[in-house]
Parts: sequence; C-alpha cells; structure tokens
Amino acid sequence: MSSYEARFKVWRGDADGGGLEDFKVEVNDGEVVLDIIHRLQATQAPDLAVRWNCKAGKCGSCSAEINGRPRLLCMTRMSVFDREETITVTPLRAFPVVRDLVTDVGFNYTKAREVPAFVPPAGLGPGEYRMMQEDVDRSQEFRKCIECFLCQDTCHVVRDHEENKQAFAGPRFLMRVAELDMHPLDAAADTGLDRKRTAQDEHGLGYCNITKCCTEVCPEGIKITDNALIPLKERAVDRKYDPLVWLGDKIRRRS
Amino acid sequence: MSVVERQEWDVVVVGAGGAGLRAAIEARERGARTAVICKSLFGKAHTVMAEGGIAAAMANANPHDNWQVHFRDTLRGGKFLNQWRMAELHAQEAPDRVWELETWGALFDRTKDGRISQRNFGGHEYPRLAHVGDRTGLELIRTLQQKIVALQQEDFKETGDYESRLKVFQECTVTRVLKDGGKVSGVFAYERESGRFFVLEAPAVVIATGGIGKSFKVTSNSWEYTGDGHALALLAGAPLLNMEFVQFHPTGMVWPPSVKGILVTESVRGDGGVLRNSDGNRFMFDYIPDVFKEKYAETEDEADRWYEDPDNNRRPPELLPRDEVARAINSEVKEGRGSPHGGVFLDVSTRMPAEVIKRRLPSMYHQFKELADVDITAEAMEVGPTCHYVMGGIAVDSDTAAARGVPGLYAAGEVAGGMHGSNRLGGNSLSDLLVFGRRAGLHAAEYATGAADRPRVDDVQVDAAAAEALRPFSAEAEAQEPAGGPPENPYTLHQELQQTMNDLVGIIRRDAEMKQALEKLAELRVRARRAGVEGHRQFNPGWHLALDLRNMLLVSECVARAALERTESRGGHTREDHPTMDRRWRRINLLCQLTDPTGGLAATDPVRGQIALTRETTEPIRPDLLALFDKEELVKYLAEEELYE
Repeated sequence: MSSYEARFKVWRGDADGGGLEDFKVEVNDGEVVLDIIHRLQATQAPDLAVRWNCKAGKCGSCSAEINGRPRLLCMTRMSVFDREETITVTPLRAFPVVRDLVTDVGFNYTKAREVPAFVPPAGLGPGEYRMMQEDVDRSQEFRKCIECFLCQDTCHVVRDHEENKQAFAGPRFLMRVAELDMHPLDAAADTGLDRKRTAQDEHGLGYCNITKCCTEVCPEGIKITDNALIPLKERAVDRKYDPLVWLGDKIRRRS
Repeated sequence: MSVVERQEWDVVVVGAGGAGLRAAIEARERGARTAVICKSLFGKAHTVMAEGGIAAAMANANPHDNWQVHFRDTLRGGKFLNQWRMAELHAQEAPDRVWELETWGALFDRTKDGRISQRNFGGHEYPRLAHVGDRTGLELIRTLQQKIVALQQEDFKETGDYESRLKVFQECTVTRVLKDGGKVSGVFAYERESGRFFVLEAPAVVIATGGIGKSFKVTSNSWEYTGDGHALALLAGAPLLNMEFVQFHPTGMVWPPSVKGILVTESVRGDGGVLRNSDGNRFMFDYIPDVFKEKYAETEDEADRWYEDPDNNRRPPELLPRDEVARAINSEVKEGRGSPHGGVFLDVSTRMPAEVIKRRLPSMYHQFKELADVDITAEAMEVGPTCHYVMGGIAVDSDTAAARGVPGLYAAGEVAGGMHGSNRLGGNSLSDLLVFGRRAGLHAAEYATGAADRPRVDDVQVDAAAAEALRPFSAEAEAQEPAGGPPENPYTLHQELQQTMNDLVGIIRRDAEMKQALEKLAELRVRARRAGVEGHRQFNPGWHLALDLRNMLLVSECVARAALERTESRGGHTREDHPTMDRRWRRINLLCQLTDPTGGLAATDPVRGQIALTRETTEPIRPDLLALFDKEELVKYLAEEELYE
C-alpha cells in the first residue's frame, strides 16, 4: 500500500448556486473521505466549508453525499473506491445549501420540537425507576441514533418533495415517537397524549410506505423501518380500528 | 463602528456539552433567561465521545459502595492534589445527578433487578459506572438535549415562543468575555455560518467549553477542543490552575495514521481486556507503583479471579489509573516491545465470546471494523497513549463554580480546574460535568437575577473585539509593511503547534525540551499575527482556525510554563529529570495569569511570554475527610507537617 493521487469533484457554491469543482489530491493508507476534504482545505481550498466534529462516527456532523449516496465523510474509507474512480462529494440534497458541503439542517430541529417529550411517571421519584433490560432494549436501539440526518435526507417522502416537509417528521423523528411509545415508564397516556395517534395524525406516519431507504443509509445500523416504523404503524392501526378501543374512547369522553 | 446586534439575557452559557447543557437547564429552571452558545450543531458536542460511563456511588452493583469510597478513589487517582471540597461534593451528589437523568428519559443498561447497571473502571474500587453499552456520552448529551427541548415546549405553551426563556445559538463562536469595570457584562460572538458579529449582554457567563487537546498532534479530542474557555477566562482576568496536568489516555488507536489518537474505551479493560507486549507478556504486573501495591493483583490468576469474586481477590493492574497505564505503555514501546505500528496489544478476543464483545462493546467493534479492518472478536487491537483530557483549568470556588477574581464568571466541566487533581479517573468526567454544571447554572442564575442593576456593555470593547476578529482578513496587507514577514497559513501554524506540544511537552517531559517549546511558542505567536485568510466570512474554516490559534497559543504556553516549573512527577505530569512524586509539591498549586491584561499577542519574549506563574499553598484537607484514609497511606502522599497538623 502506498500514496496515490485521487481525482475528486467537490460541489462548491452557496444558496445562489454553484457547481462541481475538480481536484487532484494525495491519498494515504487508511484514510477516509473526510481526511481528503481536510487535505484540500489545508493545501488547495482553505475556505472549503464542511461540517465535522468527532471524526469517529459518533457525532453525526459530517453527513454528505458521496457518489450520490448519503454517507458520513468520516466513516467512508478511501479503500472502498477504485483508484481510477473520480469521487464526487456533494451536500445533502434534501436540505438547503448554506455553502459548499454545509447545509441548513434546521428542518430537523423544528421537527424535534414537535415531538412531545418523555413524561415521567407520577409517584416515582429519582432513583426509584425499575426497568428490565429486555424492556429497554428496543428503545435503546433507537437511542443509538447519532442524528446525522442521513435517513431524513434519503427518505423519498421529502427528498424531492419539499411540499411534504410540513406534514412529515421524517424517519428520525417518527423513530423518536416509537422510542417514547416503547419506553416502559413513559406516562404520556396518563396525560391524555396518545403517541400512536399523534404519529399518524401529526407526524405524518402515513406518508411512509416502508421502502427501507432510511435503514439502508443508517450508519448505526438501526433497523428504523422494521423495528420502529412498522410496529408504530401496526399499533396506530390497531388503535384506530379496534372496536373496543373505539368504545372505550367514547365512554371516557362522555364522563 | 458599533452596528453589532445586541440581545439581553440573564445567563449566557458558552459551550453545549454536558456541563453547558446541565448549567443551562438549571439556570432556566431557576428563572433566569438563558442563552447557550456552541460552536457545533446542538447535540454534537464532544461529550458524545465519552464511552465508558458516569461514576456515581449508587451501590447498585456492590452494596459496600458509598460516597466516601468514591471520594477516596478520586483523591488517590489525583494523587491528593484535588481540590478536596470539589471531590467531596462530586462524590456526594453524583448519584442524584444520574437518577435525575432517568426522570428526563435516559435509558441506562439495567441490573437483573431492574436498577441502573454499574461497571468496573480504572481506579474505582467497586463497579461504579452507570453506562449504556459504550455510548454513554451520547445518551447523556441526548438526554440533556431532549430536556432542553422539553423546557422549550413548556415555554412555547406559555408564551407562544419556544425560545423565550432558553435559546441555543448553534454554530457560533465566542471570542471575548466583555466586562463592565471588574464585572462580567456579556460576550462577543460571531455566527460561523454567516460571519455576522453579535453581542449577548448578560450579568453572568458560564464557561463550559471543554478542553485543549487540539494543541497536541495525537489526541482523542475533536476540532472544538482549542482551549477557548481557558483563553476567554485568562483574557477576562481570571487565573488558570495547574495547567501542567494533561491526561494521556493509555489506549488510543495507533493505526491507520488518519485515525491515530481516536479513543479506545477503558471499558475494554474494565470488562476483561488485557494489555500485552510483543513478547505476549501482560506487562502491567511490572508497573504497579508502591502507593498502589496493596490494591492490585500480583499474578494473572488472581487478577482473572477478581472479575468473578472481587471481594476475595485484588484487581488486575490493567485497571490502574490512566497515568500509570499510559506511562507503562510508553516504556514498553520505548524498550522495543511494542506492536508493529508503535503501540501495544489490547486483547478481548481471547477473553470473551464474540457475542459478548459485540453486545458490551458495540462501538469499539464497529470502530475497528470500519476504520482499521480489525475484527476485535478475533484479534488484538493495537493501542497507544493519546492526549485526552486536561485536569488543569479555570480556578473556581468549589461550592459555587465561580471563577476567581471576576464577578459574574462561572466555569464547569473540563474547562474548570481542581476537581481531578493531577489525574482524572475514568467515569469521573461525566459525573463532574453534571454535578458542577448544575452548580454553575444555579449560582449564575442567582447572581444574575439578584443583581441590582445590569452591567453595561462598553462600545469600545465591542469595537476592539470586532477588529481583533477581522484581523486575519487584513493580515496579508499588513505583511507588506517593513516590519512584517510573509503571510502565514493558519493550517501550517496549527500543525507546527501540535507537533511542538506533542514532542516537547508530551507524556514524558524534560527541562531543556520545555524551554525549547517556549521559544517555539514565542515564534509561533509572532507568526500567528500574520495568519491570513482568503475568501469571505461565510462558513470559512481558515478564518475560524486563525482565530482559534490565539487560544491554543495561550493555553499551550500555560501548559509548558507550569510543566517546567513543577519539578516532580505526579499524575498527568511526568518529568524524566524529576521522576518521583515529591510530597513537598502536594500542597502547591500553580496559577497562570495574563502578564499583559490588554491581551495583545505582541509579547514575543520566550522568557517573559504572555503568562505569569504564581505558586499558591492550598488549604489543608478537612480532618474528617483525611480520617477516611489509613495513616500508612497518607504518609505516602502528605508532607510531614501536614500529617502532624
């Protein structure tokens, strides 16, 4: 193994427009795409904008699209590409560009605020929570999420349909609803909040037609569709059409 | 020139890692309108990198644990240099801070009876670390982030505005703390995205910016760790404490080069992983220092029995405090018994079934698989020391987290000094930032809401801060003047700084090398004045780095100067020319202050520099806390006069 010169195309520009710029750049043993972007900054394009932080796949900052596929720059090794291949790096397509590889991901923070928080159970003080491992496993899987927003970027409901953004929270935040719904001690129901119903009525669960694109791009390997979205759909449907639930709701509403 | 936008807040928190978010939650809950400013996106702070866990004596795994035992372990780990009152508060309050997280939605791994599971870690007598696999930091940051969102949802219901009482200014950098006379009056900041300047006026500022690792070449720290808060405090007139103590985590990745320094969690050893040299020997048995002889196993058999029966066996020496393990690895490599890429071997593959490894250490499995093509369930990892944490920091009052000498300034988390003494135990940073983040937020809110009238922000200071921040854009023009040299590339300066600190003020230190480092730092200081950038102010990383260089240079000088002064080896400060711990130094703290409070970078004399050091004798440890230790143990640490006081 040795160094070689790779060919890159990197999107440069801002909200007013831009295009792909060609670079030739040195690549060394074991490097990832983010290393190459950093080398471009240090040697050829000091003002090349890129968002990054931990460089270890733990913070989810350096999301971009490499050869059209949503990925983390820090976890994409150069060795997965052919040396002759030209590697194209572009910003996340579903979000507005700020500059170069940096996009405005504010959509996600807006959606995060629309999901009602964990409701602590009344009558249980700090230190009194008891939960079995098998009961927290599922929600823990969803809490592995590093909020890289690759699933939000790739989801076809919003990727090319800006108009759906208003009504659709995206896989990440539907998974957040599922996480809270499956939390063994969440007391939302006691406050009259039905998380399953809101997933359907307020966060746009119905838009999802389980193509599993989100699961495919998840760098944490979370089974978003199978473990969060499909069960949430099933439970939402159960509630909607279960005649007993329907009757119960009627009676409760009257009293 | 002052057309800079201004906003009024009660408390401004600089930094949105664990300490900053915990401080902001507390300040807001105490009724202060609170702003948080952070360099990254909300929820990306370096705290997400913490792997092992949160140390808190909840006694879920071993009923013998209590705050006194935790306090003892913390002082032993810090070689008795800790600000003992901080260590006491920390050990007492940590369990409440962990339990509180559960009421905000955190999901820790569980014991069989449904309580929070606790794991073993270096230097902790009992299994004490609350954890979530090896991604505890992520759980912590997400829980705090979601608690902040919960508070914003409450505010929205009441006021119709999510940000009426608690607002996060993400991707913004603070370059100056502003003052009205001696007191804090706010901060000067810029938006990284647009380059736009703004001022947040506030009577209280909490600094929670984390560490300084980006001044070193091999580090586990992210780009944010440029010592901003340390420098902001210095420039505001507050002293830094014991900056010579820098923790080199024993186990960072060593290969491939692009990931060199990335952390390999101590949980690998806590859960049974062992260190071996190229001869296949578990060398840590050869490196148990006298002060720890009674606590650690002498044979591999005893060490291995400890995992199952900790009451009747002593712990394996792989679980010595981090400073000891890092030095041992350094020696093995130096004596030619290292691994192919200059580290040693850390092995779990022969110690646990593959399934258990994947369940207990999922991030490590993933990290090595993805970044190094190494399957840790089948082969050993190669690891070596990496710059991880600074024990030194802003000198604070133990109870209130108030910075000394600057009313209205507070500090919590890694940026604050004293809590960990000369060496931090693993797991004690997450508990530290919760305990003192809360205290800083509480006292900042009390101070801010109790103030009779609000301090005024001085236009002259705002203009000066704006001029300082814009300087890199005109550096090229100034370089043409007769006294100047060629313009400098900030990336090149940064690399030279990292190499200097790594090579000359690193894990093993020598008098002559540190003097050489001070000269090099003086040279870099001059050149940094000519650090120029191209382009514009919109998301310009070259510009950001040019501004961060001021902070890294200030902090690096503090480290080098204090390390040169302390002629002993203790914790995260190892002198080849003074290889042993000296009891006379136990009571000595070294304080760094700015020589020229106007804060120009002009001081280029390596002897004088920008930093003045003073020695301070610490307050004696309270007798009831000393009584927690055996006399024979205290004799190893305390000076004669302390023992008989």
